[in-house]
Amino acid sequence: MTAGPLVVQDATIGYGRVAISAGLNVDIPEGEFTVILGPNACGKSTLLKALARMLKPSAGQVLLDGKDIHSQPTRAVARRLGLLPQSPIAPDGITVADLVARGRYPHQGILKQWSAEDERVVAEAMAATDISELASRGVDELSGGQRQRVWIAMVLAQQTPLLLLDEPTTFLDITHQIEVLDLCAKLHREGRTLVAVLHDLNQAARYATHLIAMRGGEVVAEGAPADIVTAETVHQVFDLPCRIIDDPETGTPLVIPKALASAPV
Amino acid sequence: MSTAHSAREQAPALDSPRAATEAVPRPRTARRVLGLLALLAVLAALAVLSVAVGSRAMDLGQVWAGLTDADSKAYPVVTELRLPRTVLGLAAGAALGLAGALMQAMTRNPLADPGLLGVNTGAAAAVVTASYFIGSFGFTQTIVFAFLGAAVASVAVYLIAGAASATPARLALAGAAVTAAGYAYVSAIQLMDAATLDQMRFWSVGSLVNAHVAPMLPVVLLIGAAAVVGVALARPLNALALGDATATGLGVDPRVLRVAGIAAITVLAGTATAVCGPIVFVGLVVPHVVRAFTGPDQNWVLPYSMVTGAAFLVAADVLGRVVARPAEVQVGIVCAVAGGPFFLYLVSRRKVARL
Repeated sequence: MTAGPLVVQDATIGYGRVAISAGLNVDIPEGEFTVILGPNACGKSTLLKALARMLKPSAGQVLLDGKDIHSQPTRAVARRLGLLPQSPIAPDGITVADLVARGRYPHQGILKQWSAEDERVVAEAMAATDISELASRGVDELSGGQRQRVWIAMVLAQQTPLLLLDEPTTFLDITHQIEVLDLCAKLHREGRTLVAVLHDLNQAARYATHLIAMRGGEVVAEGAPADIVTAETVHQVFDLPCRIIDDPETGTPLVIPKALASAPV
Repeated sequence: MSTAHSAREQAPALDSPRAATEAVPRPRTARRVLGLLALLAVLAALAVLSVAVGSRAMDLGQVWAGLTDADSKAYPVVTELRLPRTVLGLAAGAALGLAGALMQAMTRNPLADPGLLGVNTGAAAAVVTASYFIGSFGFTQTIVFAFLGAAVASVAVYLIAGAASATPARLALAGAAVTAAGYAYVSAIQLMDAATLDQMRFWSVGSLVNAHVAPMLPVVLLIGAAAVVGVALARPLNALALGDATATGLGVDPRVLRVAGIAAITVLAGTATAVCGPIVFVGLVVPHVVRAFTGPDQNWVLPYSMVTGAAFLVAADVLGRVVARPAEVQVGIVCAVAGGPFFLYLVSRRKVARL
């Protein structure tokens, strides 16, 4: 198997002197929708931050296209790799179109200012996320679901083949969670490589084409959802006794937590 | 995305539905260009006023003679005093306006001003230290000491805030701490030594009266160079406004950007403070007024803040020359008296944009 576009090699990652993961090896496969999951504090967000070059491994390295990501110019990386962080900040009074336009940053320069190409890409990104009609609205007037689509449009305007999304569904109600995941699935079908951190096991099993399950800073299981979402793995990762059935909608694995024997009926 | 989903998310009231492929609207651009031109015209008018009006009243004929005829009675006042004072007012006002806008953008804190980087206290601390140990010295030396003090203070704030790992919040905290310590030090030295207190008097309020003895060329060149660097940071600052994480994703290294920003702010505010003494309200108020008009795009906020800062300071200086004729009120006091209530008004109108 050839190495994917993003590879973590024997990396020790953490904050300051506290290592969250040590000797971590992860290979993000090209063209897949990879979901990283695991219990709180398992190191999944830390892994995503390392993939996004926000954290530099204290040992080992993260390779983008076979080269150390930290040795490449950060703007060049930004043309390959887009990132939607957990809580981005929308400046007060900014319009949807202006926010999406800021995604063009890595394609511009001091002498190469706003171009017709930028204009076209921004319009396409807004069309792809179904927010064209909101273009001149203020971002602070929008609902949570609309706002998340605006942020995704901003990352799309960056035109990167690789997209990293840190918990893109957190703080959204179930309808908007599904909406954002449907959008991610569409972006994946169009040929992008996606990596997302998700909390919901069943959503992960339904939308991911590749799963990475983590616990205690280590990768416990990795592979297609149908192969690795088993009662045994779920117990191993989440300490959750469960049964696995086929999702009646999609046929993907569906995790049903077991009722406790002592639970009131 | 399915149509069912988009129907659910349909905006309640759309004033102008737009086709998906239609060009991205940029309605504010024309308004911003016109606004900037109008502002430049106001600035030119204020500069003329600053040369023509002073604590000594004279008619336009005398002013003209004062500019063109070296033997006229008005020449020493108009060309040797008012002209350099106007140039200094323009340069210092532009520097303070831009430094304030940069500071607020960099810290994402609407209440930040260059003083928060320790620039004012650093300058004051250096001047009192020098005057305590050396005794009295000339204006040019004062400027040099003040500038070095401002630079040392902002580097200290940056280092205390954690250098490369500095966050906006840590920068603000470190700045507040250094400022408090600096004030304590300055007060202590002044209490111990009356001569120092005397030397420091013009420092407590900002003023443009020393313009005619200031080394104008280096001052204008320093401010000009730092302004070029500062305005060039507009686009990375636009990315930084979305948060450090988003900025990193867009290809901006927040650590590098902070170093460049602090360097520009230090030279801009440090130079202005070294020559004029601390003038605080310009850097705080001007960017607020500007953002209320331009919106959050730094490509507009920064140049607008420069021009508005220059206009504000020159206007305040002219006002200070005429309100108490034949005496003068220092520009720092006029700025505080005019800027303070205006700032309160802005806050109460909730016009102050968060960053």
